[in-house]
Order: sequence, then structure tokens, then C-alpha cells
Amino acid sequence: MVRSYRTGGTGQDGHVASTRRGAARQADPVRYDFDFAVLLDYWPDFLAGAWVTLQLTFLATVFGMAIGTLCAIGARGKRRWLARAIGIYVEIIRNTPFLIQIFFLYFGLASAGLRLPVFTAAVIAMVFNVAAYCSEIIRAGMDTVHPGQIEAAQSLGMSTPTIYWDVILRPAIERVYPALTGQFVLMMLSSSVASQISTEELTAVANNVQSFTFRSLETFLAIAPMYLALAALLKLSFWGIGLLAFPRRRRLGTAL
Amino acid sequence: MDIVFNWSYFGYLLYGAMWTLVLSACAFVLGGAAGFLVMLARTSQSRLIRQIALVYVEIIQGTPLLVLLFIAYFGLGVFGIEVPPLVAAAISLMINASAFLGEIWKGCVEAVPRTQREAAECLALTRWQAFVDVILPQAARIATPPTVGFMVQMLKNTSLASVVGFVELTRAAQVINNSTIQPFLVFGIAGTMYFVLCYPLTAWSRSLERTLNVGRR
Repeated sequence: MVRSYRTGGTGQDGHVASTRRGAARQADPVRYDFDFAVLLDYWPDFLAGAWVTLQLTFLATVFGMAIGTLCAIGARGKRRWLARAIGIYVEIIRNTPFLIQIFFLYFGLASAGLRLPVFTAAVIAMVFNVAAYCSEIIRAGMDTVHPGQIEAAQSLGMSTPTIYWDVILRPAIERVYPALTGQFVLMMLSSSVASQISTEELTAVANNVQSFTFRSLETFLAIAPMYLALAALLKLSFWGIGLLAFPRRRRLGTAL
Repeated sequence: MDIVFNWSYFGYLLYGAMWTLVLSACAFVLGGAAGFLVMLARTSQSRLIRQIALVYVEIIQGTPLLVLLFIAYFGLGVFGIEVPPLVAAAISLMINASAFLGEIWKGCVEAVPRTQREAAECLALTRWQAFVDVILPQAARIATPPTVGFMVQMLKNTSLASVVGFVELTRAAQVINNSTIQPFLVFGIAGTMYFVLCYPLTAWSRSLERTLNVGRR
């Protein structure tokens, strides 16, 4: 738990009141009085949860992007065994649920004697997950780079790292940028699954709050717009990053 | 005494896998029907309907499925209706799928060349006739690979139903792991089962994509 919950005052009152309402509810099943006001007390907790969600997303985006790019390079490389291994990794991740992956990692490592903090476990699971998707997307982008461009770069005497960075990767990522950012937004949303190993992100906070207030429907109705806001924030920042990273879009306003 | 994984546990996992398939089928049928409506709304002639549909899609696509699931589960429960977890899971998966499938199919309908619709208009077909007889058959062809791809997504998403206590594959694995405490083995087997269910669909989607692209290269 991020912070200790106030048990006195509103918490207790809320409890009693909601039990009473629960009794009334049974007598009259159709009427339900929405009470969002009790949730207001918990806004610092929601904020803390949203902050953890953002941290998870940021770390998973940065590391997932890095590993995904390396995997994409490896998957197109000359070493057959490496390409094969990356292919197997990508297929395994893409064809199993994230929930199973996170359980496998967290409970598996714990049973093997390595007790990871839940936050670290969630980040590792998310990185492994999103890197597989990234590598597929970036690979698709790299496939669109015309071989003639690479030959031209080679005949200009560019070194292999320069070719990879300037001729292959940057245009490739610019082309698939919308798909990549979409994937990262989806990943932010699926970080809610990390609540199942009790990482204290937004959904886990909601779970705690609803068990304190007995206002489960209101609590989850309240965090839906918070996720919408986070998604909007994420899209806005990716748009900004896109403008910074791809001068063509900024100066000419045209996509590649 | 230590309880170890044995064949009866494996049978329980298979039982869970069956419910995963049932839930996926429900979600696909319901979500497909709702998604079709969303697609119609997204391509409607009325600006208002288009915008309402867009807002709906944006809201659903910006909310985690887990949160939708909780809203469906507690939301129906609050009105005094005793909801079986299967119903809550099916409803939330349906809502989630309707937004994504609706958006995928809208793209596919718009990918059919404009001239096709214009030609249909010249033949004095009504808007609906043109849609059903001219646009839809062509859009369906374009839509098959992404739809199959999304089916994989839906199959994986059913794992979240375990959270509200619906015994499907993930829940079954959790239950077994709680008594055997062999997480690598139990979740490994469950993961393999998901893989066995999903991979054929992934491969199918990919081969469909390849055959569809032949004409364009």
C-alpha cells in the first residue's frame, strides 16, 4: 500500500452508510444511489496510483523500445540462430496472455528463491511483453527501407553503425511511429494487469479503495476517465516527441 | 506432504481451456455483432452519429479491459442482479471488441475504392444495396486477416476473466498453483495451452495477409 488509509471519520462512516444502503438495495433492487463523494477523500491515493502507472509505462517504453530495436536488428541479421531465437521469443510473447506472463515471471522467480519487488517484476514483464511487439513493428518498418538506399550509403563509405542509425533505423521508426505509439498506449492500459501481483498502480489502488468504501461501481467508474486522461497525456507526449525526433514532420509537415 | 502436479490437474487445465474457448466464442459473436453496428455508425452519413461513435470508440479504447470488466461485474451486481462471472466477462469483452472491431472494419470499408460506390450509384442501387452487395463483399476480404489477428487478442484477453473468479484456463492454473506451488510448471503448461490455441490463428492471419497482398505487389 502506498499510504495508510484513514480508518476513522469518513472511512468508518462510509462503511456503515454503505452497509445500510446495501440493505435498502435488497428491498428495492432497481434503485441505486450513486455516491462519488466518498471517493474524494482518496484522491491522493488515486494520484499516487496514476503516478505508478506512468512510471511503469515510462520504464517499459524506454527499455521495451531499446530491446525491441535490438531484436528487430537481430531478426534481420545474418546469424540464423539469433534470428530463429528472436522469432521464437516474439511468437511466444505474442501468443500468450500478459497475465500468464506476469504470473510466470513473478511467482516462478519467487519459487526459485528470487523474490523481486512487485514493481520490478511488473516492469520486467512489461518490458519483455512490449519489446516483442516493438520488434515486429520496427522490423516491418526496416523492411520498407529500399536496399538501394543501403547500397548507396555503403558506396559513400558510411560505417555499418552509421548506416543502421541514419539510413535504416531513423526512417524506419519514423514510418511506423503511429503504430509504435499505439502499442505503447495499449501497454499503458494493460499495465492495469500488474494489479494482480499487487503492484500499487491505479487499478490496484481502486481495488483497495473499493474494499474500504464498499463503493465498487463508483470507484471503477471513476478510474475509467483517469485512464482516459492518462491515454490522452501519453498520446500528446508521443506527438511532441515525434515533432522533436523527426524534423521532416516539424519543418515540412509531411510524413515520410 | 507435498502435493505435486499430476494428470488430474492437467485435466482441470484442459477443462479451463474449454471455458476459455467458450468465452472467446461468446466474445467474438457478441463483439462482432456490436462491432458491426459501430462500423455502420462510424461510416454513417450523419455527422452526429459518426461523432458519437467516435467518442464511444475513443472511450472504450482508452479504458483498460480490466476496468471495463470490473464495471460490468460490479455494475450489474449493484442493481440487485446476481451476475455469473461468465456474463460479466462476456459483456466486457463484447464492449471492448466492439470498439476495436468496429474501428478495424471501418478502415476496411473505407479501403474499398470510392469508384466502386460511385459505380453502384450509377446503377441506381440504393445506399444499403450498394453497401451490402458491392462494398461489403470486398471489405470482408480485406477485413479477414486483421479480424483473425484480433481474435488472437480476444482469446488472450479472456484470461482477465479469471480476476472476477470465472474458472477459465488462467484461473484453473492459479488454483492448481495455489496447492502445488510449482508456478514455472503450472503457468508454463497454461501458457503452452494458450500458445497452442493462438498460434494457428496467428499463422492463419499471416498466410491470409500474404495471399491478399499477392495482387498488389
